[in-house]
Amino acid sequence: MPFVNWLKRHLVVIAGLLTLGYLLLPNVVVTVFSFNKPKGRFNYEWQQFSTDAWKDPCGVADMCGSLGLSLQIAVWATIGATVLGTMIAFALVRYRFRARGAVNSLIFLPMAMPEVVMAASLLTLFLNMGAQLGFWTILIAHIMFCLSFVVTAVKARVMSMDPRLEQAAQDLYAGPAQTFLRVTLPIAAPGIAAGALLAFALSFDDFIITNFNAGSTVTFPMFVWGSAQRGTPVQINVIGTAMFLVAVLFVLSGMIIGNRRNRQKA
Amino acid sequence: MATVTEAEAPPLAPRPAPKPPKKRGRLVPYWLLLPGLLWLVVFFALPMIYQASTSVQTGSLEEGYKVTWHFATYWDSLAEYWPQFLRSVSYAAAATVLCLLLGYPLAYLIAFRAGRWRNLIMILVIAPFFTSFLIRTLAWKTILADSGPVVHTLNTLGVLDVTDWLGWTAGDRVLATPLAVVCGLTYNFLPFMILPLYTSLERIDGRLHEAAGDLYARPWTTFRKVTFPLSMPGVVSGTLLTFIPAAGDYVNAELLGSTDTRMIGNVIQTQFLRILDYPTAAALSFILMAAILLMVTVYIRRSGTEDLV
Repeated sequence: MPFVNWLKRHLVVIAGLLTLGYLLLPNVVVTVFSFNKPKGRFNYEWQQFSTDAWKDPCGVADMCGSLGLSLQIAVWATIGATVLGTMIAFALVRYRFRARGAVNSLIFLPMAMPEVVMAASLLTLFLNMGAQLGFWTILIAHIMFCLSFVVTAVKARVMSMDPRLEQAAQDLYAGPAQTFLRVTLPIAAPGIAAGALLAFALSFDDFIITNFNAGSTVTFPMFVWGSAQRGTPVQINVIGTAMFLVAVLFVLSGMIIGNRRNRQKA
Repeated sequence: MATVTEAEAPPLAPRPAPKPPKKRGRLVPYWLLLPGLLWLVVFFALPMIYQASTSVQTGSLEEGYKVTWHFATYWDSLAEYWPQFLRSVSYAAAATVLCLLLGYPLAYLIAFRAGRWRNLIMILVIAPFFTSFLIRTLAWKTILADSGPVVHTLNTLGVLDVTDWLGWTAGDRVLATPLAVVCGLTYNFLPFMILPLYTSLERIDGRLHEAAGDLYARPWTTFRKVTFPLSMPGVVSGTLLTFIPAAGDYVNAELLGSTDTRMIGNVIQTQFLRILDYPTAAALSFILMAAILLMVTVYIRRSGTEDLV
């Protein structure tokens, strides 16, 4: 019975690793199929190894343009949502004011609303106002739905902060601005960074709200959606693989730097 | 001298945050809140009101729409599209249960058993987020392809005969069936289940497990009586974060399903962007919103974690 016992002891680990496999399988497929040379217009069946797509990642009309647009929108949406969200988070944690409950629900509701509902109602607003759909309407929408996530991330960090640190700074004759810049902000920074990262990922990858409010402007997710109907170029997989690698490297290097800093302090 | 007395006072008692200076300080929170809240009011709350008004309008694209308090739109659209509503709820519920069953072991593994691999596994859970979810969903077309190894294996094992009989698949294929859509939904929203589960599992004091073991609880009993109840906040927020977006999703149904698996999101999208029947689309999304808010409220009440918000 040693095998059964071993299995019993490691059941959770095995089940967990299987789930991890389920999560990563599509990424493996995306990577493998970035080296495919499909016969027809669609890249769903394996044919032949080739590095053509990697040598010419922008070889598909309009794809890299849409990628650039998505990056641009994501950067601006991240900046907008992070600034506005951080301000709200500080107000919520640090101050007492009227209508607190209403403010909290207004921030919670966008996260509890199906995207398609927000997308449709926002389009109703834009149509009623006669707004020109495009870059600006997409940016407005992205800041709107990223905002609540930033507030939540920053709030968690600021709440766990020891207010006595700021008192100490003031006791040492730091002015309000100095206290904020040299004590409060550095301590809140990890929360703000987490919120910003989340906002970037959400904005860059958003399809549903963008699809409703983009007019004829095409972001990268919309390009992929369109290609699912017209034919999927291999270059899509190249971009997908590159994005995955960049993300992993980015997070890994962040972690290594963080570890090193902690070790230096200790 | 003030600083000295401060230092001599017992320093460890937690003190409330310093009161902001009067007059000037009293307005600070409002200035901090104003821009962000204005954004949410104008681009989130106001659109809801516009949509409420649109849902009771009649007219046509050429002549324009007018508010006529035509509530019949609600009954008509519900009468016509109730199968899609039902489908959305059942697909989303199935995906949520699957996410919980698949996500719990992985969250548990990361929290208690991963050791030095914890950070790496965490990265691998989050990293797919950064590859467009549409590309990853399209990859399921390859994985579940009719001639692929997955379908072949399921066929040989006779699993597809059972699922065919249950109506989950049809004609020995998985693509373009409810199973494929539920599989895609589960995959897409699994991280939203794992992360809150992990957060609440990680907070559990490991000594509680040892205590349970010392009191002769078997591992399964420990899990049932100690670990699982303590992880309830994670279970509740995980199921909400999975169910809500899954119920409104139309991407998986469109890419992996067929016309027989259309969900309510597909209907809203088509009505709004292709048929341009704005009142029906607005009424449908209002019904969806009301249904979800109702379900969420009941669920939160029953599970007794109201401090979630």
